[in-house]
Amino acid sequence: MLTANHFIILSAILFGIGVVGVLVRRNPLVMFMSVELMLNAVNLAFVAFSRYLNNLDGQVFVFLVLTVAAAEVAVGLAIIVALFRTRATVDVDEISSLKG
Amino acid sequence: MDSIVFYLFAFITVVAAVGMVTLRNPVHSALSLAVVFVSLAALYVLLSAPFIAAAQVMIYAGAILILFVFVIMLLSPGVDRGVGALKWQRWFATVFGVALVVELALVLTTAVLPATRGSFTPERLAEIGDVQAVGALLFTDFLLPFEIMSLLLLVAMVGVIVLAKKRG
Repeated sequence: MLTANHFIILSAILFGIGVVGVLVRRNPLVMFMSVELMLNAVNLAFVAFSRYLNNLDGQVFVFLVLTVAAAEVAVGLAIIVALFRTRATVDVDEISSLKG
Repeated sequence: MDSIVFYLFAFITVVAAVGMVTLRNPVHSALSLAVVFVSLAALYVLLSAPFIAAAQVMIYAGAILILFVFVIMLLSPGVDRGVGALKWQRWFATVFGVALVVELALVLTTAVLPATRGSFTPERLAEIGDVQAVGALLFTDFLLPFEIMSLLLLVAMVGVIVLAKKRG
């Protein structure tokens, strides 16, 4: 019998993998993918709570998160492209100065 | 039956997520992320949220992932060098990541969280339709956030054009 806890634990595991991904990877693209993974973990928790509380607010929240994620990815990738144009590198360790 | 589906897709999701973090080539990471998105959509169907599952496949696996692959192709960053400036970072991150997972799982599964129970049981949702129910909620209780979302997308669009435009 499945309970909300099954999904919550899976969500926690996915969130943890996302956190580790952001911390260990040096490529901003992959770090960004890890952020997406964390957003997805939160979405899974929202949908699980929504299902087991019989309350649809969680699903509406997931819809909002999807939109914010889409906007975030568009802006973030544009920043990475702009960064690559000025520095010709995609390694966060080499991008340590604030001014060009 | 539900349990088998859950464990199957949970396993696929976790393996693909670990693959995304560990694979050196960004293209392989992006493909693993696609697997994560699609198997999460399957879990949403299991949670009787077909609308969110469809939105997940369309927005995440469709739009967002294509954008990622597009930028990877554009920049062709090559294979990750791996070790960063701090050599211990990887081990520290793994240890604290595992600690975070244990903490989150313990707190979220044992804590008594205040919550509002609704009337949308899976049977009722099957009767009136998930899309109708979520849509009605979006245009009544959540109308203001819904409108702000459209503004947010507009701002993002303008921002991306400004950022990606060639200076000159």
